[in-house]
Order: sequence, then structure tokens, then C-alpha cells
Amino acid sequence: MKEEIIIAGFGGQGVLSMGKILAYAALMNDMETTWMPAYGPEQRGGTANVTVIVSDDKISSPVLDRYDTAVVLNQQSLDKFESKVKPGGTLIYDPYGIHRPPQRTDINVHKINAMDAVLEMGNSKTYNMVLLGALLKIRPVVPLDALVKGLKKTLPERHHHLIPLNQQAIEKGMALAD
Amino acid sequence: MSEEVKLMKGNEAIAHAAIRYGCDGYFGYPITPQSEVLETLELLMPWETTGMVVLQAESEVAAINMVYGGAAAGKAVMTSSSSPGISLKQEGISYIAAAELPALILNCMRGGPGLGTIQPSQADYFQATKGGGHGDYHLIVLAPSTVQEMADFVGLGFDLAFKYRTPAMILADGIVGQMMEKVVLPPARPRRTEEEVRRQCPWATTGKHGRKERNVVTSLEMDPVLMEKNNERFQQTYRTIEENEVRFEEIGTEDADYLIIAFGTVARIALKAIEDAREQGIKVGLLRPITLWPFPTKEIERLSHKVKGILVVELNAGQMIQDVRLANEGRVPVAHFGRMGGIVPSPTEILDALNRELIENA
Repeated sequence: MKEEIIIAGFGGQGVLSMGKILAYAALMNDMETTWMPAYGPEQRGGTANVTVIVSDDKISSPVLDRYDTAVVLNQQSLDKFESKVKPGGTLIYDPYGIHRPPQRTDINVHKINAMDAVLEMGNSKTYNMVLLGALLKIRPVVPLDALVKGLKKTLPERHHHLIPLNQQAIEKGMALAD
Repeated sequence: MSEEVKLMKGNEAIAHAAIRYGCDGYFGYPITPQSEVLETLELLMPWETTGMVVLQAESEVAAINMVYGGAAAGKAVMTSSSSPGISLKQEGISYIAAAELPALILNCMRGGPGLGTIQPSQADYFQATKGGGHGDYHLIVLAPSTVQEMADFVGLGFDLAFKYRTPAMILADGIVGQMMEKVVLPPARPRRTEEEVRRQCPWATTGKHGRKERNVVTSLEMDPVLMEKNNERFQQTYRTIEENEVRFEEIGTEDADYLIIAFGTVARIALKAIEDAREQGIKVGLLRPITLWPFPTKEIERLSHKVKGILVVELNAGQMIQDVRLANEGRVPVAHFGRMGGIVPSPTEILDALNRELIENA
């Protein structure tokens, strides 16, 4: 199994940390993984993206131009990455902030209303966790328990009391993807 | 600390590996994309556990001269920076080479020239492999392509530097510094005791300890006859290193019609291009120099008798290609594909370049 994933959106949406938790989950599940950020003068409001590869085997290039799965959270990212999903691949997007929805018919497109969900739940900080839950429901590349372990590894211990809240958000995302 | 499996950035792995190696001192100054080395060391506070010194100097020039001083005392000392900062360190590096001292320097390269960008580059190949500062000298240059190699080359770099009494450089691109991967950190070993340092480094300025003559460490020699003798000794060391320390990795070269030569992360992007090429029935192999100096000249010479053409892929305008051409001696076409200024090519771009430069033009 090998899944090549791009997660892209605005800085501050939790794009990089979502990728990091996924990469940690792969590590916890004894898989190979790479996490490659488009690093630079990123800031809140600027664009941010991260390439995460999870694989049973050794990974060659951490830099890709075609992806099995794209998670896109703003219009710029959709414009940039829709064409880069492999035929038969998966595109997950949040319609919040996207006014031109994806057009391709040769890929599996999933609309996840994650922003609406977190506003309803009253905790917008778990936005990326809702999307991560949806991603894992649609593309179960790592088991849920590995994801929770990954979450524990990524969060500093002083924030461990927030793990149940994040788990709820992941479950919400999974339900939204059903 | 025993062996540990972690997920971390290449720059973080450098810091962890340094402490575990028993490094005595790190002297640095922040610059993207390698600031995590200093940040991680400050976070881990090794001065409270192993006694390792971690110091943010007032400048790159100060940092390299602190390395010079520490190395003269027989200590395992290192510094890190990125391209513009490494340029500032060149005078000190030349002095360290001339004084025949071991030291480890990380250059996590960014796009240049000048202050350039903060994105990945390999444009400091000439600087690293041809000396960099003034005078006839070489550094041992290691080019990591994985976070694991970032960690491993700290130990390897120090070991080679002490074995040959010459500075070693880890020449990384911004990608391998910034990306996260699985890494197995080696078990920690204690720093050497003063007694062990004296035994390992009888040339070091560690005090007389009963000897009549004091050790002097200097790069200055006013008598040209003696300075030529020094140079002959340096060159002898370099020939020994060339004989013993060439390292490279080969993938799929046995049946290859074409060869891609690339180092660092670019070799991995090229490997993906090679996988795609083989799916299309084009047999391509990869040679990845691990030591950029000494360069795998003999191996490239051997392969140049077997393949129809060689593509050199680099994040620069064409630097390593000169060493490839010297090894190839005009036997087969050698083409270059490079991106500059911080742009990283995709696997597709590399495969297109191979088709364009070597197959369609043949």
C-alpha cells in the first residue's frame, strides 16, 4: 500500500499539523512516511501545503506532481491541485471559501462541510481534525487507534486534556464522510 | 539514551545525533532553512546532561572561529548554517583545514547567489567540493538524501574528520533539512574524558602533561619551503582519502541503457522518474554520490562504458556535471537538467528532460 497525499489551504487552518498527525500515525503503524512542507515565509492567511506519503515500502521522492488524494481547503489550492489528482484518485474539499467547485468526473470528489460542523460544535480549532477524520473514512490508510497515538505524539503534554475533543472532531469528520 | 525510532525533520535529527555522538560543542547563528539545528539543541539542553556546549554566537564568523578553537583543543565541535552563512565561514574553514583539525560543518543549502531565497538548492557544490576558502585544500563532503542519513552523517562526519584530521561537511539541501521522516537515532555514548582526548589527539592544545614541548596549532608558516612541505602533507592526506573513502549508492544500473547521476534529495526525485521510465520500458539506472568529495570518479568511468548517455540532475546551473564529464572522458553524451533559485523539479520534469536530452536528440 502506498498513498500520496497533498493537503493544501490557508496558513492557520492546521494544514501542516494535520499532515504531521497523519505522518505520526503511519509511524505508529510501522509504516514508512514522509512529510514535506512547502516551507517559506508562511503566515496566517498565506497559502500552505504539505505532501504526506504513507507506504508499506521505502519511499523514493518526497516531492510529487501527481497525487492519489488531495485535501483542499481554499480556492487557490483547488485551482492548483485539482488537475494533479491521478485519474481514479480522491479529492476532498470544504465548500466553505470555495466558489468554483471541482469539475473533474474521472476522480472521486467528496464535499465535506467541515467548517459548518466545527461552528456547530463550537470549536473551530478542531477544523483540521474533522477533515482528517473524513480523509481516513474515505481513504483508510492508517487505523484510527494509530491516529490517536499520532495525536498524542504531536500534542505537547500540557494539551493532552484536549485529546478527547480532537477525537470527537475526528469522529464527526468520519460521520460527515459517510 | 538507547536507540530510538522517531519522526523528525532532518535539521532536528542533526541536533539529536550530535548529542548522542558525544559532541563537545556546537556554535551557530540562525538562518533559514537550518535554524532548527540550534533551536533543537537549545530545547534539549545537553549542557545539563552530557555537558555539551551550545552557543549562539554573535555572527557566523565568530561561530566558525569558536569551532577552530575547540577543535585545536581536540574537542568534537561543529557548526551549521545555510549558504550565505557558509560563505561567511570560509576563511575560518580554510584555517581549520590548514591547521589539520577535525570539525563538522553542516550547510543546508538555499537558493543563491547572494541572499537569494530560503528554498532548497544545491548551488554550493563547487564551494563545498573545490575548497571554498583560499588555498589548496579539500573538505570531506557528505550528501544526505534522507533524514536517516542526516543523523548518520553526524557520526560518520566526525569519525572521518578525526581519522584524517581534516574538516568534514554535510552538504544538505533545504528539503532534507525541512522534511520529516522516520529516523532511528543511534544509542548515546558519553563524551570523551580529558584523558581520552589527550590519547586520541596528541597534537591538541591540552597542556604539556609532563612533555617538554608544548603543542602549537597554527595555519601560519612564514618559510615557503616549510609551507610547501605542509602542502605536500595535506595532498598526501587527500590522496589517501580519495583511495579509501569514496561512497555512493547505485540502483538499477546493472541493465541500464541510461544513467541519471544526482545527489541529495534530488536523487530521490530522480528515482521516482526512473520508476516511471521503467514502466514505459526505458531502462534507466541511478548513481547517487554519497561523498561529493572524494567523488566516485572510477565508478562513473566504469558505468560510462556500459550506458548510452548520462543525465546529471542538480538544483543548480550545472556544477557536479563537470566532475561527471571528467570521469566520462567524452565516451557518451552527458546532459544536464537543473532548476535554480529554490525551485525543485518534479519527477515528470526529470523524465521529460531524459527523453528530450538523451533519447530524442540521440
